[in-house]
Amino acid sequence: MTQALLDIHVERKTFATTTVLSNIRLQLQPRETVSLLGPSGCGKSTLLRIVAGLERDFEGHLLSDTEQLAFVFQEARLMPWLTVQQNIGFSEDDDYDEAWVAHLIDEVGLTGFADILPKALSGGMAQRVAIARGLYSRPRVLLLDEPFSAVDAFTRMKLQDLLLQLAERHDIALLLVTHDVDEALYLSDRVLMMDTRPSSIRHELTVQLEHPRDRRDPLLARLKAVALGELHSAHVI
Amino acid sequence: MSSHSKDLSSPRLALSLPSKAPPFNPDWRLRLKGLALPVLIILVLEIIVRIGWLPSYQMPAPSEIALTLGDLAEGALWKHISASLLRVLLGFAIGASLALIFAAWVGLSREAEAYLEPTFAGLRSIPSLAWVPLLLLWLGIDETSKVVLIAIGAFFPVYLNGVAAIRNIDRKLVEVGHMYGFNRRRLVRRILLPAALPGLFPGLRSGMSLAWMFLVAAELIAATKGLGYLLSDGRETSRPDIVLAAIIVLAVLGKLSDGILAGLEKRFLAWRDTFTGTEE
Repeated sequence: MTQALLDIHVERKTFATTTVLSNIRLQLQPRETVSLLGPSGCGKSTLLRIVAGLERDFEGHLLSDTEQLAFVFQEARLMPWLTVQQNIGFSEDDDYDEAWVAHLIDEVGLTGFADILPKALSGGMAQRVAIARGLYSRPRVLLLDEPFSAVDAFTRMKLQDLLLQLAERHDIALLLVTHDVDEALYLSDRVLMMDTRPSSIRHELTVQLEHPRDRRDPLLARLKAVALGELHSAHVI
Repeated sequence: MSSHSKDLSSPRLALSLPSKAPPFNPDWRLRLKGLALPVLIILVLEIIVRIGWLPSYQMPAPSEIALTLGDLAEGALWKHISASLLRVLLGFAIGASLALIFAAWVGLSREAEAYLEPTFAGLRSIPSLAWVPLLLLWLGIDETSKVVLIAIGAFFPVYLNGVAAIRNIDRKLVEVGHMYGFNRRRLVRRILLPAALPGLFPGLRSGMSLAWMFLVAAELIAATKGLGYLLSDGRETSRPDIVLAAIIVLAVLGKLSDGILAGLEKRFLAWRDTFTGTEE
């Protein structure tokens, strides 16, 4: 078995007196896509923030190389005073690699928008820029916190396909937080279903389907039924 | 004929569009609209004074004020303007720079806030003109006391808006910097400073207008030149035309300095996605 890109064990994570996460173990293999599925407030975003190193106060251990991680937030979080290309090269100030940025702009389908300010972008376009910014540092792992929850259903499907293409092309593993069952199943190799507070991983679903997948695949429908059943018995829905 | 079939006769509609195009470009039309009210006021005043409803020794006609301004412009006006302008710019530069430094310090560090903010809040509650006697005692009646008073006047609006601007920065943008492991200096340069800029300009602009206010206060009290001196000179010699001429010059200079700041604001903050008003 190859070396995991990410190995985290959260024994306990508390906010004040509330325990948010307890006893969660998660590994991410190269090129793997894993989704954390659960309702709002179940602590899945907190788990992602711990992995990203944004949250350091927890009991447990984290094995990862932060140099190899990149984060895509729920909102695009572009700097509104910078153009699209400056946002993508943001991590290297003004000395960013222009050719690489131009390449990424083409790859996320924003050719010709390099000098546009974020205010002129739609939500979906802004999220494309955010993904390109995540890819700029050539990460091995992309962490995504409900990245498509703010865009309409059609844009979401397009962005999901784009994300899978990019992950494949750049050899990137994805760890994705979502509350969308369809999204989790369509994108992932493994779906980790989380309990409500204090959260732990309640159930793991493996999606054994090759990419590119068909959204209408009966296996996805069957797995969705299983997932909904689990969520129901966890009193999430 | 129903309105529906009217819509179908669109050639007429299409033809009427070009003729409705504005004769000037819209920017100029907006500016001309801004001139309408002042022109109206001047005309009405001129008429009222000419037909004798207002005594001209109290309210000189606008044309008379224009003549006085013309006379002054050939003589001492430029000396007064340059004296006042120098004081305002110097006082504003000192006050605003100190304010920006302290605002950055207090805004960025809760420790600094705990130490400094109560003191500044106390100093702020002193009406700034209360400093005048003290400044005169300590610094005398020459330039220093005037510049210091103007600096005090400009300080607080810039400081207050500066702190608020930093504290209003979107935490989510700052987190992007943390994600990239930015150190403090880089965080300030790349995220905090540009993100605070929109909140900073209102402070600079009201600081500038307070600087003009305190200039007049300082020059009314003790000065041998400057626009405030011109004001008190006009009062002492019972020349309302001189007083009004000085007021007009102050208005023009105030508007110009604010216009420069507004221009900078527009230039630096073109990226903002804000409501700019409707056409009507």
